[in-house]
Amino acid sequence: MSIHVEHVTKRFGTFTVLNDVNLQVGAGELVALLGPSGCGKTTLLRILAGLERPDQGRIFLHGAEVTDQRITERRVGFVFQHYALFRHMTVAENVAFGLTVQPRAQRPSTARIQEKVRELLTLVQLQAMADRYPSQLSGGQRQRVALARALAVEPKLLLLDEPFGALDAKVRKELRRWLRRLHDELHITSILVTHDQEEALEAAHRVVVMHQGNIEQVGTPDEVYENPATPFVYQFLGDVNVFHGRIAHDRYEDKEADERAHADADGSDHREVTFVRPHDLELSLNRTTPTQLEATVKFIITAGARVQVELASKESSEIIAVELTKERYRELKLQQGDVVFVHPRQLQVFKVPGPG
Amino acid sequence: MNTVTVATDRDAEWKDSLTTERSFVRRLLIAGAFLYLTIFLFVPLVAIFAEAFKHGLSGYVDSFLNEDALGAIRLTLLVAAVAVPLNALFGVAAAWAIAKFDFVGKQILITLIDMPLAVSPVISGLIYVLLFGAQGWLGPWLAEHDIKILFALPGIVLATIFVTVPFVARELIPLMQSQGREEEEAAVTLGASGWQMFTRVTLPNIKWSLLYGVILCNARAMGEFGAVSVVSGHIRGLTNTMPLHVEILYNEYNAASAFGVASLLTLLAIVTLSAKALIERKTVSAKSQR
Repeated sequence: MSIHVEHVTKRFGTFTVLNDVNLQVGAGELVALLGPSGCGKTTLLRILAGLERPDQGRIFLHGAEVTDQRITERRVGFVFQHYALFRHMTVAENVAFGLTVQPRAQRPSTARIQEKVRELLTLVQLQAMADRYPSQLSGGQRQRVALARALAVEPKLLLLDEPFGALDAKVRKELRRWLRRLHDELHITSILVTHDQEEALEAAHRVVVMHQGNIEQVGTPDEVYENPATPFVYQFLGDVNVFHGRIAHDRYEDKEADERAHADADGSDHREVTFVRPHDLELSLNRTTPTQLEATVKFIITAGARVQVELASKESSEIIAVELTKERYRELKLQQGDVVFVHPRQLQVFKVPGPG
Repeated sequence: MNTVTVATDRDAEWKDSLTTERSFVRRLLIAGAFLYLTIFLFVPLVAIFAEAFKHGLSGYVDSFLNEDALGAIRLTLLVAAVAVPLNALFGVAAAWAIAKFDFVGKQILITLIDMPLAVSPVISGLIYVLLFGAQGWLGPWLAEHDIKILFALPGIVLATIFVTVPFVARELIPLMQSQGREEEEAAVTLGASGWQMFTRVTLPNIKWSLLYGVILCNARAMGEFGAVSVVSGHIRGLTNTMPLHVEILYNEYNAASAFGVASLLTLLAIVTLSAKALIERKTVSAKSQR
């Protein structure tokens, strides 16, 4: 089922949560809505489910307008962050719920319902838990039950609201991969809301980065990570070093050296900001080119898959974060206080409004 | 080889002494509490039954096996049978609205629900006299249409409803607020109709608190004196509830009969408390499964 969001705006009181949002999702896609708290991603998801109504705009599911359609008619599966399992029903009863509330004419037979529940519990690998109560399950198990319950009514659209947010890191990683595999098997159009960029980049076909009610960028995980469209996307999707200066004529000039403001074609001021990822910075012990930045090693963290080095730039008071592979770190034999020379392998310059 | 230190009894005792009061203090406090309860609860309770049986078993039974007393018992039961279900319905509806929605006037509603608890029962009754009495706002209209509210069953029922409004609502509101509305939202996204959602998701989650609220509501409905006294007219056999009947008997120096009827109300209290204790145990065991 394809989704078409057209000019959707939503306000709570004076606060604009969604600001003229437009989005297209193709049938069978797994799309992640990624952004910090308060960016509007959950509200957008709930509007798609019918749990909220937009103040302006229209929603189309599979070509048909559903803006005013009741929740019960939308055939949407919703998975909540805190599972929302029916606490007084067993796991099997929870999963069967969507089928048992159908009007008599459409409702499958009891035997068929039981069969379906068995199938779904097998799909989520919880057959043994059918007669347990939600309070007797772990968080990860509960979320799988919630997913099975949502799938029971064969929804055309699956909406997941930070489904792994309440789980610990390891379980989150496992379930994330499991969800992607499940999606590859079932091909239900799915939208996943998350604030965890790793989750979005790993699980989704396409990522929609949101900020303060606006969509900043839509693209594949590679696209948004390698070619971020705005400073926000760049900063949100990973660590970043911000240099308030610009690379001019293959030479890095920092803020003090280049304080001239630039005028845009429309006369408004802007300045240029350079973004570099920590792992795109190269370190050497001797100056090899005039474009390198001189810095002193302040802090080294070796625990973990890579080595994090914190440098203090010589020219400005900026702190530079560098990520090195263990091999490179051993090659350099870095120690606190060493003087090193920094050169970016890859960088991105953004025009930011405002004087220099 | 590992050595393991085992906590000795002395260690446990020492730890205990840091956080619990000395046993002498403990015993003193418990004795004090019991003394208080004895003076203000046990002695009066025992006195009720002692006085009631002053003329022996037959005297006891006579006190409520007469026309007037039976009328009072019937009226009490009837009033409760009307007031309690209505307040239960209202309580569920109000708690539902307050817990799951935001709307203008929510705080006012909550305050209004609490009001009968703050107002003196006599004033509660007086409200209805001012409304429906002969000199009241609606008095002339009612007289014209020959409708009797005051000094008749309707008035008594209204006054009882007023004083028992808070019980179910106040029991349910915090519970439903803490339960949130996610389960209901889940039910609706799965295709449940409003009624299905209410009966299959909401009600089972609140059933013990609802029952508790109903029991409290019932106890108060049957035992209400002040408000009912003002609106009742004290017509023997017709507009006297049990509490009112007890008053009449006592004022006639018929203490034994008064206590006899009062003992029935005491039995009601004991049944209410037992039910409450049972329900509390159920709620605790339900919570421990969470």
